[in-house]
Amino acid sequence: MIEVTTNRSGGAAPEAAPQAKAEVSNLSFYYGDFRALKDVGMPVYDKKVTALIGPSGCGKSTLLRCFNRMHDLYPGNRYEGRITLHPDDTNLLAAGVDPIEVRMRISMVFQKPNPFPKSIYENVAYGLRVRGVRGRVALDERVEQALRGAFLWDEVKDRLHEMGANLSDGQQQRLCIARALATEPEIILFDEPTSALDPIATASIEELVTELKERVAILIITHNMQQAARVSETTAYMYLGELIEFGLTDEIFIKPRKKQTEDYITGRFG
Amino acid sequence: MIAAPLGSSLPAAGRISDRLRKRASRHVPERIIEFLLFAAALGSVFTTAAIVYVLVKESWVFFQAVPLAQFLFDTQWTPLFDDAHFAIMVLLSGTITSSAVALLVAIPLGAVIAIYLSEFAPFAVREVAKPFLELLAGVPSIVYGLLALGLFVYEFGLGQSILSAGLTLALLILPVVIVATREAIRGIPRIIREGAYACGATNWQTVRDHILPYSTPGILTGVIIGMARAIGETAPIITIGALTFIAFLPPAPFAGDPPAGPFDWLFAPFTVMPIQMFNWTSRPEAAFQANAAAAGFVLVLMTLAMNAAAIWLRYRLRRDIKW
Repeated sequence: MIEVTTNRSGGAAPEAAPQAKAEVSNLSFYYGDFRALKDVGMPVYDKKVTALIGPSGCGKSTLLRCFNRMHDLYPGNRYEGRITLHPDDTNLLAAGVDPIEVRMRISMVFQKPNPFPKSIYENVAYGLRVRGVRGRVALDERVEQALRGAFLWDEVKDRLHEMGANLSDGQQQRLCIARALATEPEIILFDEPTSALDPIATASIEELVTELKERVAILIITHNMQQAARVSETTAYMYLGELIEFGLTDEIFIKPRKKQTEDYITGRFG
Repeated sequence: MIAAPLGSSLPAAGRISDRLRKRASRHVPERIIEFLLFAAALGSVFTTAAIVYVLVKESWVFFQAVPLAQFLFDTQWTPLFDDAHFAIMVLLSGTITSSAVALLVAIPLGAVIAIYLSEFAPFAVREVAKPFLELLAGVPSIVYGLLALGLFVYEFGLGQSILSAGLTLALLILPVVIVATREAIRGIPRIIREGAYACGATNWQTVRDHILPYSTPGILTGVIIGMARAIGETAPIITIGALTFIAFLPPAPFAGDPPAGPFDWLFAPFTVMPIQMFNWTSRPEAAFQANAAAAGFVLVLMTLAMNAAAIWLRYRLRRDIKW
C-alpha cells in the first residue's frame, strides 16, 4: 500500500520513486478581490490517488477546478502561480495556454451525476466527437472500452441508445466516469463523486477509483475521512484557502504533523 | 431494542391528526384568503366562458345565413355584392402569410441574439443589452407600426405588402422570442453546461450540441405564445395599409413563374382578420356585426389551437430532457 515511501528497510529492491504528474506551485486564486487560494504548493503523483480534504469553503473545489481551468467560464476570476503538467512542463494556468487544450488532457467527474440528456452511447462518445473522432467503428470501440473501464458495460450493453437519465444514480455516476475516461485523460478530477450516492453505489465508485489509478493520476475531493483513507495514497488538508498539510495518507491519518489537521481528521471540528 | 422506548415516547398517530384538524378549523383568516383566491381563479374561467358564449351566439346568426362549406372553402369575400360570397380564407390568408414571414424572421434572429447575449457576449455587453431588451418588449405596438411605415414601407420600398406586415410582426415578437430563449437557456443546469466544457467542448460546440437542443422546447413555446399575440394585433398593421378591402385570395406563395413570380405573394396587398373585425364593428348594418363575430370566433379558435400546440410541443420535446 505504501508504495510512495522512498526508503524501505530490508534488501528488497526499492520501488521507483513516484513520478509527479503535475506540480502546483505558489498558486493563488482570486474570485474578484477575494483570495480563495493562498500560495498553494503540492505535487500530484502519476498513477496515484491524491485526496483533498478540509471543511466546506476551504478551497478544495477551487483548487480542483484550477486544474481544468473551469474558472475561465466565469468573469472576474484570476490565477496566480503555476500548475506544471509533466512530462512537457506546460503551465496549465498560463495565459497563452488554451483552456480547451487543458480540458482535452484533464477530465472531470462532478459532485452530482450530470449525464447529458442524450443516449448512453452519445454521453460516452461526446468527448471523442469533440476531438473530431468520426468513424463509427472507432467510436464504437472506444465507447465500449470506456464503459468497460467504468464497470458499466455489462449493465448497459443492450441499451446503449436509451437515455442516460434512465439509469440509477450510481450507474449515472459511472456513466460520467466512462465519459471522462473515453478521451484517455492524463489526470481525472473527482469533485466529491459519491456525496449524492447510497453506500452500495459509493463502494462501487471507490473500487473503480482504485482500479483507475493503475492508469492515470487521480485528484479527489472528499468529505468522508474513511473514503480518503481507503482510496488515496497522498492527502492534502486545506483550511481557509491554505494548504495546511500534505503527505502520505497513512501518515496524515495516523500521525499528522499539525494539531489542526488532527482536530479535523478526528472530527473535533469541520 | 431501540424501537420500544422510542415508540412509547411518541404520541399515538390518531391523536396527531385530531390536533391538526382542530387547528385548521380555527384559522379563519386562512379560510378567507383561500376563498378569495378561489374566487379570483373562478373569475378567469368565467371570463373565458363569457367570451366563447358571446362569440358563439353572435356568429350563430352568421352561420345560419352562410353555409360552413362556403365559409371555409370559397375564394371570394364580397359581402356587399348581390351575389354575396363569404370566404374566410381571403382574410385568413393575410394573417397566415404575414405570420409565416414573421416566424421565419423572428425565430432565427431572436434565437441568435439570445444565444449571443447569454453565451458569447462579454459580460459588459450583456449588462448593457438587458435594459434595452426589456424596453423593447414594453414599447406599445402602434409605435412598431410607425417604425415599420417609415422603415419598411418607404425607406426600403417594400410597399404596403405582406412582407412589410410580416417584418413588422417579426419586430413585435422579437423581444418575446429573445426573452423566451434566454429563460430556456437559463433553465439549463450549470452542471450540465460545465460537463460539456469539461469534456473539452468549445463555446460553439457547447451551444450547438447542448444549449440549443435543450432550450428548443422553451424557445418554441415562447414563439407560439408570441405569435398567438401577434395574430391578434391590429395597431401596427393598420399603419402599413392593412385597413383595406380585399375581395379575392392573394397569390399563393411560390405559385408564380420564376424568377420573380414565386415571390409575388410577399408584395401583395393584404388584410388581416382583427382589422376587418374592427372595420365591420364600426359600421351601422347589423349583418356586419355577425361577420365580425364569425371572424372573431375563428381568431379565438386559432389562438386556442396555437396554445394547445405549444403545450403539446413542450410536453413532447421535454419528455427526453431530464437532468
